[in-house]
Amino acid sequence: MTLQGWFLILLFVGILLALTKPMGLWLYALYEGRRTPLHAVLGPVERGFYRLSGIDPTAEQGWRRYAVHMLLFNVALLALAYAVLRLQGVLPGNPQHLGNLSPDLAFNTAISFTTNTNWQSYGGEATMSNLSQMLGLTIHNFLSAATGIALAFALFRGFARREAKAIGNFWADMTRVTLYLLLPICVVYTVFLIASGVPQTLAGVVDVQTLEGARQSILLGPVASQEAIKMLGTNGGGFFNANSAHPFENPTALTNLVQMLSIFLIGFGLTWTFGKAVGNTRQGWAILSAMVILFLAGVTVTYWQEAAGNPVLHQLGVAGGNMEGKEVRFGVPASALFAVVTTAASCGAVNGMLDSFTPLGGMIPLFNIQLGEVVIGGVGAGIYGFLLFAILAVFVAGLMVGRTPEYVGKKIEAREVKLAVLAIAVLPLVILGFTALSSVVQAGLAGPLNKGPHGFSEILYAFTSAVGNNGSAFGGLTANTPYYNALLGLAMWFGRFFVIVPMLAIAGSLAAKKHTPAGAGSFPTTGGLWVGLLVGIILILGGLTFLPSLALGPIADHLAMIRGQLF
Amino acid sequence: MNQDLTTALRPAIVMTILFAILLGLVYPLAMTGIGQAIFPGQANGSLVRDGNRVIGSTVLGQAFTSDRYFHTRPSAAGKGYDGLASSGSNLGPTSKALVDRIKTDIAAQRAAGVAGALPADLVTASGSGLDPDLSPAAAYAQLDRVARVRRLDVTRVRSLVAAQVEDSMVGDPHVNVLALNRALDAVR
Repeated sequence: MTLQGWFLILLFVGILLALTKPMGLWLYALYEGRRTPLHAVLGPVERGFYRLSGIDPTAEQGWRRYAVHMLLFNVALLALAYAVLRLQGVLPGNPQHLGNLSPDLAFNTAISFTTNTNWQSYGGEATMSNLSQMLGLTIHNFLSAATGIALAFALFRGFARREAKAIGNFWADMTRVTLYLLLPICVVYTVFLIASGVPQTLAGVVDVQTLEGARQSILLGPVASQEAIKMLGTNGGGFFNANSAHPFENPTALTNLVQMLSIFLIGFGLTWTFGKAVGNTRQGWAILSAMVILFLAGVTVTYWQEAAGNPVLHQLGVAGGNMEGKEVRFGVPASALFAVVTTAASCGAVNGMLDSFTPLGGMIPLFNIQLGEVVIGGVGAGIYGFLLFAILAVFVAGLMVGRTPEYVGKKIEAREVKLAVLAIAVLPLVILGFTALSSVVQAGLAGPLNKGPHGFSEILYAFTSAVGNNGSAFGGLTANTPYYNALLGLAMWFGRFFVIVPMLAIAGSLAAKKHTPAGAGSFPTTGGLWVGLLVGIILILGGLTFLPSLALGPIADHLAMIRGQLF
Repeated sequence: MNQDLTTALRPAIVMTILFAILLGLVYPLAMTGIGQAIFPGQANGSLVRDGNRVIGSTVLGQAFTSDRYFHTRPSAAGKGYDGLASSGSNLGPTSKALVDRIKTDIAAQRAAGVAGALPADLVTASGSGLDPDLSPAAAYAQLDRVARVRRLDVTRVRSLVAAQVEDSMVGDPHVNVLALNRALDAVR
């Protein structure tokens, strides 16, 4: 580990802490439906959209209606993506003349992008036409992110409102977030990326005769516009197979820093917005503190392991950290940091191949997702996932002191705790169930590239990534088979909506409750004790649930590596 | 529930169409127009031309295997530096296939006269398979061979490398191999 490496990590966190309140304030304006300076330009678009689709943005919705409208919108988006991918061969914008996607791949990919997962069973350059990248995928990067933030707003209202029936209007939340937050940032961001060397053209392949006289084909396309929302919306689906390791997606160390910042930016801001919404910004800072502690712990382990490198190679005379699967312009620190950021959030973009990370360096990304991606997390999904853990944490604290638990002025009762457990239980059930199945059936065992414990890690990582809606991969797994496409597609759908529906039910139930002012016996949810409890609950739940599976994969792999045993 | 469904139907369909037009067509096409107008070089792939011939992209790596040039890293993109098949090896640290491949590459480096500890990037495949760079150490390790084959003074070649080292506080120091080899070709 180097001083420069730690400088990068601290600079990264410092910039985000400085941006937390401004971003939080902007999000709060959208949460409240206030007018922003951008309304002068985009207000007519917003109103036009409502008029054409017959929406009254002031009509408040109860949690059931909010959920049904959100679900139906997602089903419509799913259908659009599926149609575009299946019809790719006859649609325009296809300079490489690529064919239609197979039904199972289109099914998997449509779910993947609708659920903000962006798992990619395919390599972008050989599969997706320019039109598919734009109309099939870019649009979902925006709308799945906007859906996540809208859902977080709905849960915030559950905590903030008193004896209310409604938790907001889905269409208004989603549209405002798209028009006044995601789109404007992406326009500026895209220009920055183009200036830095990310292509933005409708052309296809350029043939090159290299300096040595060999032929090289270079694929161009509308990369920058997709790259911007891919990071900002914690989507992570790359234009190219190599994702943000590809020089056309992430050409310089500076674009790399900005990409990492843009993964976390909205997630940091939402913690502040939550505090503001419930009337005490210290509530938000407490949540953020717990997240940052978990994040820095993860970065430390991954950076340490990657910098230490592979002892098997050291014995052969190779010096330095683990560079297999990493790009020189980023080096070990910026690659290790990126890996932890992208899995702490539900982004899933990668700037180095996680499959080639050291066993423990690669275990942290896996464990981050298994914790429920609540360390910052996906846009919206991170904070609502975290609040589910907060409900469990006050419940545990309440058991210890023998009082009805309260959180930010709301009594937490049996119904909320049951729903929170229901939502949280989806993760281990689907991850461990599907991984176990794939470890015994032939179609599952055909997937891994690596042998030994690392092969098991590849399967475990795939289902963890799918259920967690992350989308990163131990890429050696051959996932573009009907078996994996179908199972991973289902895992992504369960992981997204089987969490969302109980979460919205909690929002509805909380909104209906009276405000309970904090008394002398209330457990304080702002101080260090609370932060410690949150960290503890998240680690214990995640640790107890997944440690056995980690022992079979990365931990066994690590022990083999230090013994010099190969597979 | 039924009422919720019927009220959702029209907004779900119409909003999907409207956003598809705005985000799937207007946004990327407008950005393409802006990019082509303001930064045409970068927007079209930062291509490098030698007369009429396109010889590569400054951003993207290409294969160098001749003794006259500084070599780029091993690549897992197709058969090596395939611009249509970016990929890492995805081999894990306990993979026998990985260690065997690296042993072969180490032997090649030793045969080319590289002594001492080998810089890791010289014998490992990058994440993209299209890494345009080398670490300064990996470039310096190739000095003697390039100078010998080109019959150039080693200190001269060393200063060419040193001039190409780029460093920023937010990434690792690196040398763009295409730029370095072009500088090499320019030496008469």
